[in-house]
Amino acid sequence: MTQKLQEFVEILKAKNDSWVTEVAEGHGEVTVFTPREFIVEACTFLKSEHGFDMLADLCGGDRGPEEDPRFEVNYHLFSTTHHSRLRLKVLLSEDDPHVESVVSIWKTADWHERETYDLVGVIFDGHPDLRRILLPSDFDGHALRKDYPLRGYEPYSMN
Amino acid sequence: MGLENTLFESLPDVVTVKLDAVVNWARKSSLWPATFGLACCAIEMMNSAASSRNDLSRFGAETFRASPRQADVMIVSGRVSRKMAPVLRRVYDQMPEPKWVISMGACATSGGVFDNYAIVQGVDKIVPVDIYIPGCPPRPEMLVHAIMMLQDKIMKESVKDRRDTFEPESRVSIVPGTLPVTEGTALEKETEIEVSQNRVSRPYTIPSRHERRRSS
Repeated sequence: MTQKLQEFVEILKAKNDSWVTEVAEGHGEVTVFTPREFIVEACTFLKSEHGFDMLADLCGGDRGPEEDPRFEVNYHLFSTTHHSRLRLKVLLSEDDPHVESVVSIWKTADWHERETYDLVGVIFDGHPDLRRILLPSDFDGHALRKDYPLRGYEPYSMN
Repeated sequence: MGLENTLFESLPDVVTVKLDAVVNWARKSSLWPATFGLACCAIEMMNSAASSRNDLSRFGAETFRASPRQADVMIVSGRVSRKMAPVLRRVYDQMPEPKWVISMGACATSGGVFDNYAIVQGVDKIVPVDIYIPGCPPRPEMLVHAIMMLQDKIMKESVKDRRDTFEPESRVSIVPGTLPVTEGTALEKETEIEVSQNRVSRPYTIPSRHERRRSS
């Protein structure tokens, strides 16, 4: 089942070897680790030449404050023509959680990136309107970080 | 043959009565709740009002109004998130006096099991509450009972107690940090500037009366 997906990995590697740093496979899914400086190029290539015309999901993750790199951004790609799913993963350090925005490739990334910024605190450079989307705009901190206190910071904790 | 005939036969032309008694009787007999369903408690609220089994209209409280301008009592049914808090307060402010608030269920009353950054720990931090109902969710009978208790409470009020809330008072009652668009991160401040200069066409929210008053 993952053979078809592995082909895409090979295509990516053939196109530019530095786009793929690591490949993970599990549950019939393939994850490609991509350095953050190449994510826009890789996404553009996959969309325009290999039919990944849909960004099914874009989500952030926090591996915990003790991990380095601490943050990850996952790009769940889907093709409506050949029905394959491919995941790209970008790892980011805590000191510099910046990654280039993919809004120019898929419009749907707009709100997904805002959500990731809102809850995890990853900053998407080049995003047209990077504001909070779920939490109130005067919210302090990023709620889905592992070191975020359950009751929040003042004045939200209201203690 | 109607009630009028019977009354006119048995009563004199002029009846003296305590003003409070007749006004309160009128008020308690047509309590119109504002629709403010927030979570699962709202299902029980709908069951209380719309089902023929419980039938809130027996107590004059069946007419749920979509506009707070036409409502007398706000039934806060469910958990109030921090983001919902300013909206709830605004709906309360839009209701004309006299107005009452019923806090329905554990979440609205105390935050319930949601003791976290996202949920207001009790709606009484935002609006004054008249009746608290425990339960998760409360049964429709409990809401009906709460309406009856509110009616008893209304009968004990005086007309003189019900005046418009003074502006400073309503401003003080807003908990800091519950209003949208105050102080954000540097990134958001940049956006705010852009919004104020009309460079971005989509403002986050329309500033409420409170916010405008606050920022001026």
